[in-house]
Amino acid sequence: MSYITKSPWIIHYDGSSCNGCDIEVLACLTPLYDLERFGIVNTGNPKHADVFLVTGGINAQSEAVVKNTYEQMPDPKVVVAVGICACTGGVFRECYNIIGGVDKVIPVDVYVPGCAARPESIIDGVVRALGILEEKRAKMAEKGGK
Amino acid sequence: MITEIIFAVGFIILAPFIGALIGGMDRKVTARMQGRVGPPVLQPLYDVFKLFEKEKAVVRNEVNFYIFSYLIFVVFTGALFFSGSDILLVIFALTLAHAFLILGAYATTSPYSHIGAERELLQLMAVEPMLILAAAGFYMATGSFAVKDIALWPEPLFMTIPLLFVGIVFVLTIKLRKSPFDLATSHHAHQELVKGLTTEFAGPTLGMVEIAHLYETVFFLGLVWLFFASMPWVGLLVVIVVYFLEILIDNTTTRVRWQVMLRSAWLVALVAGAINLGVLALL
Repeated sequence: MSYITKSPWIIHYDGSSCNGCDIEVLACLTPLYDLERFGIVNTGNPKHADVFLVTGGINAQSEAVVKNTYEQMPDPKVVVAVGICACTGGVFRECYNIIGGVDKVIPVDVYVPGCAARPESIIDGVVRALGILEEKRAKMAEKGGK
Repeated sequence: MITEIIFAVGFIILAPFIGALIGGMDRKVTARMQGRVGPPVLQPLYDVFKLFEKEKAVVRNEVNFYIFSYLIFVVFTGALFFSGSDILLVIFALTLAHAFLILGAYATTSPYSHIGAERELLQLMAVEPMLILAAAGFYMATGSFAVKDIALWPEPLFMTIPLLFVGIVFVLTIKLRKSPFDLATSHHAHQELVKGLTTEFAGPTLGMVEIAHLYETVFFLGLVWLFFASMPWVGLLVVIVVYFLEILIDNTTTRVRWQVMLRSAWLVALVAGAINLGVLALL
């Protein structure tokens, strides 16, 4: 067991959602759900983050931001698409400005469906993402010859 | 000589773990104050170990040099202090360490990092007079600048320089990066300047900053303890009470503007220093 699963820091970004899922992400950090129990800290900084939570579908304007944020995060990193819009585009998928789900722009590791995704399922998604994060770290360490 | 080396080496080895425990308790108590469970007590250690597992992503190579120098000089500061060396040298070494941290933040290209560096400079300006006055107070009370002589003084120095103690506790809030004076960077998820000073530091570089902060915490609590050195256990109790007060203030106040920080810190330094040193000089 490595330390990365004990101290995953999160950055969240709202692609173009109605903000429902975004509020639910923040709800996870409140005393009721208290994500900090797992060492999870909400950083506003991609360079400090390990887990990227994206809510809402991606449109032409948010595409560059999502790509940029993802690229600024140091490896190993995972992406969690929170809410059905982030997974597939949801009810907005036919809109002229919507590119689609987050996976059209950056690789997504965990999909958390729901409208809005409930805090319990978001926490479940993040915990699943930690398993993938650990796999990526092991792969990275192997490559680095550690 | 041997005991001094033992103390210095003891500090270098033990301080990060003690600092991490203090930090962990801090986060636990903070969480309880907010009605949460909070992370494990060893969380600061997990955070540091994790940061060293991350990719070495750095904006410019100088940044690593500056931050490494920051860490080295913070360790040097604490080692000097705990081996009973000259307190003025301790203060200047600490200032030099922070100069390296500021240079590190300036070496990046991010405006957030630059504003954080400017604020760190202001914090340094706010704290420095109080530290120098405290050193002067120690000298006037004991006749020596050596931490060893100050620590072995037969009566608690709190009795002769109580106002300087108050001043040191005041600037402690700035040095420990606690609200309302956490202008340069904060441990909380306040996002006004992204992460201020540390915005551009990632992975191992940030890990070094975190380790330096653990050392610094132990050093500053040691400085608080020095006021009660003749009664070690009372000193320990005072340190615990002072740190608890810091957590309480951290959780009940909002961040102030830099003008307020600078003015209040200098006012406290001036009033506490002038009155206390004046009385000492007259007696």
